[in-house]
Amino acid sequence: MHNDQKGRKQPWKMPESMKAWILLAPTLIFLIVFTVYPILRSGYLSLNAYELGMRKPEFIGLQNYIGFAKSPLFWKVMRNTLYFSLLTVIPAFFIGLGLALLVNTKRAKGIGLYRTSFFYPVMMPMIAIASIWMFMYMQESGMLDQLILKLGGRPLGVLSNKRTVLPAMAVMYVWREAGYLMIFFLSGLQSLDKELYEAALIDGSTPIHTFRKITLPLLAPTTLFVTITALTDSLKLVDHIVIMTEGAPNNASTLLLYYIYQQGFVFFDQARASTLTVVMLVIMLIVSMGQFFNNDKKIYYN
Amino acid sequence: MKRQMLVALLVVCVLGSALFAAGSQESAKQSEKMELTFFFPVNVGGAVTKFVDKICNDWNELHPEAIVKPVYTGNYDDTVVKIQSSIQGKNPPDLFISLATQRFSMYVQDAVIPLDDFIAADGAAGKAYIDDFLSGFMEDSYVEGKIISIPFQRSTMILYYNKDAFREVGLDPDRPPKTWAELVEYSQKLTKVGPDGNTQRYGVGIALNSGSAQWGFTGFALQNSKNGENLMSDDGKQIFFDTPENVEALQFWCDLQTKYKVMQPGIVQWTDLPGQFLSGKVAMIYHTTGNLGNISQNATFDYGTAFLPGNKRQAAPTGGGNFYISKGISPERQKMAWEFIKFATSTERAAQWSIDTGYVATRKSAIETPQMQEYYANLPQARVAYEQIPISKPELTSYDSTRMWRILNDSIQSAITGEKTPAQALKDAQAEADTVMKKFQK
Repeated sequence: MHNDQKGRKQPWKMPESMKAWILLAPTLIFLIVFTVYPILRSGYLSLNAYELGMRKPEFIGLQNYIGFAKSPLFWKVMRNTLYFSLLTVIPAFFIGLGLALLVNTKRAKGIGLYRTSFFYPVMMPMIAIASIWMFMYMQESGMLDQLILKLGGRPLGVLSNKRTVLPAMAVMYVWREAGYLMIFFLSGLQSLDKELYEAALIDGSTPIHTFRKITLPLLAPTTLFVTITALTDSLKLVDHIVIMTEGAPNNASTLLLYYIYQQGFVFFDQARASTLTVVMLVIMLIVSMGQFFNNDKKIYYN
Repeated sequence: MKRQMLVALLVVCVLGSALFAAGSQESAKQSEKMELTFFFPVNVGGAVTKFVDKICNDWNELHPEAIVKPVYTGNYDDTVVKIQSSIQGKNPPDLFISLATQRFSMYVQDAVIPLDDFIAADGAAGKAYIDDFLSGFMEDSYVEGKIISIPFQRSTMILYYNKDAFREVGLDPDRPPKTWAELVEYSQKLTKVGPDGNTQRYGVGIALNSGSAQWGFTGFALQNSKNGENLMSDDGKQIFFDTPENVEALQFWCDLQTKYKVMQPGIVQWTDLPGQFLSGKVAMIYHTTGNLGNISQNATFDYGTAFLPGNKRQAAPTGGGNFYISKGISPERQKMAWEFIKFATSTERAAQWSIDTGYVATRKSAIETPQMQEYYANLPQARVAYEQIPISKPELTSYDSTRMWRILNDSIQSAITGEKTPAQALKDAQAEADTVMKKFQK
């Protein structure tokens, strides 16, 4: 009786940790189902042979990795990927920063219009962008070649030349990405302390000096974030290749993610696709590790 | 307390909806009425889905006990992806149309059934049905001697040429080129270079993008072969890329661009080619008969169609999609799927399908129907495709065919862009193909 009475007064209380688990559950379930499990499954499949027509995966150890390491095509794809990243990240970074500095003012008339128009390509789906640019790049009848013809040059056919295909795609991508990076730079710039600038002005600092000694160092966290975002974004691109070239000519425009897509959904070779996925995952981890390890060094916070 | 109850409620809701979803799936499976799912791709312009829907509706009116539900699954590539994922999800469509070249992949996966038992069960009618199909199409229905698929939306590559341009340069508009030598000669006459040194009109156009080049190349390889050898063995287990004849064929393509300068340099896309032809930028194109509707409607000039020019022989590649029946479904469903396939490929329907879409009529009897004869009388250019079928052979088809396509396309592109010589390109492709094919040759 005594116990019972006591029980009624003090009902069972859910432990704090249990509450936490329940609240975390929805996110956790999604994380496990859509992130953790696929990663583990990819890791497992990458150690197997599992081609079209095989009933179940067959363990072959590191054969897939060795196969790719020996394949000239794989290294070509890796070179393409690195080249494309450099071609996109660096220009997009500087153009994005430049645009942000240009529109970082409240006084100019119609500044909202400029900001919107710089940002607007970001709102367009990559597929639409790729379709439009494909027409511009079309050999001889496209806008670019027509322009060159008018100026008395020879048509380039940039998409079917192994030397120009990636730079041409990079131009298109930079056009889109720069506006996106501009937004980060802009918000970084606007959060900077105005007093520092006033002090600099009073001290007679030139605008360039102010930019180098105040803006850039204070913008460092944004810079790092933008670099990593731009880098991972450039690795995650696939739609434009499907639309514009399908990797042509002779895989000169095949990037890692398209290569994965091809193995997985054109050849239906799940094991090789998983192997490449693991490679991709490792690259992405290395890139984003920069974010965590560099965080406390050399970066000034307000 | 309140918060805890809210959380509990949330958990119940989530679990409940999951259970409900599982339950409703179960009940759908148990439904008594037979409903056959039918995946079909559309790979040419125009409202082709409308015609497929009509076939299904006509069938459904006659057979309410076995409703066929058509599901449009995009182009051929998309359809292959959807079929593959539904097979791997153990929920395959009952029947589907996919590329004829997919049959080895379907077979090796144990995803489809041979149709020989059904044909045998139909007795003499069954034999007559199969024999009525044009042999050029029926040829790529077999795997290991068994009939795996039934021809439906089939096409071949033909030469479209601009008769006005022929007249302009003094060529006989009723005498299209018959040989490679004539192709070069005509193309040189037809190619028009402006005063600024830029080409205003090219003589000939062939699509060289991945997924199209291998089709055209099959034709050139056949035309140059000693005895009509194709790029692969009939059993789909051996690939012959680096024969001297094929190297010559690829060299010929490169020559059209760089030596004779009668073909646009670089890689022209399959989908751009008809537009270039229609706008007069190229005088002759190699394209599918499936584009006849588009060209006949939009050409502002007098145009003709012709057999592909030959070299050692005349030949052309066939392509297109066949009917398949899935393995993982009940025998009753398979039987009804078979009945539907016969219905959809009956003589009158095969004829109507050809008229509606521009695909080649697949059956001899379909050609003799009055409606087909009338169609040919009104559009004589359509007849060429049908007449070319007896000298046509299947395009590159093998086990793991999508990979073989890619290997061949890559090597063609590497030769076209001057990265490798044709001989080196095809030698490398052969080595790569042999590595992949080894496991099927056991």
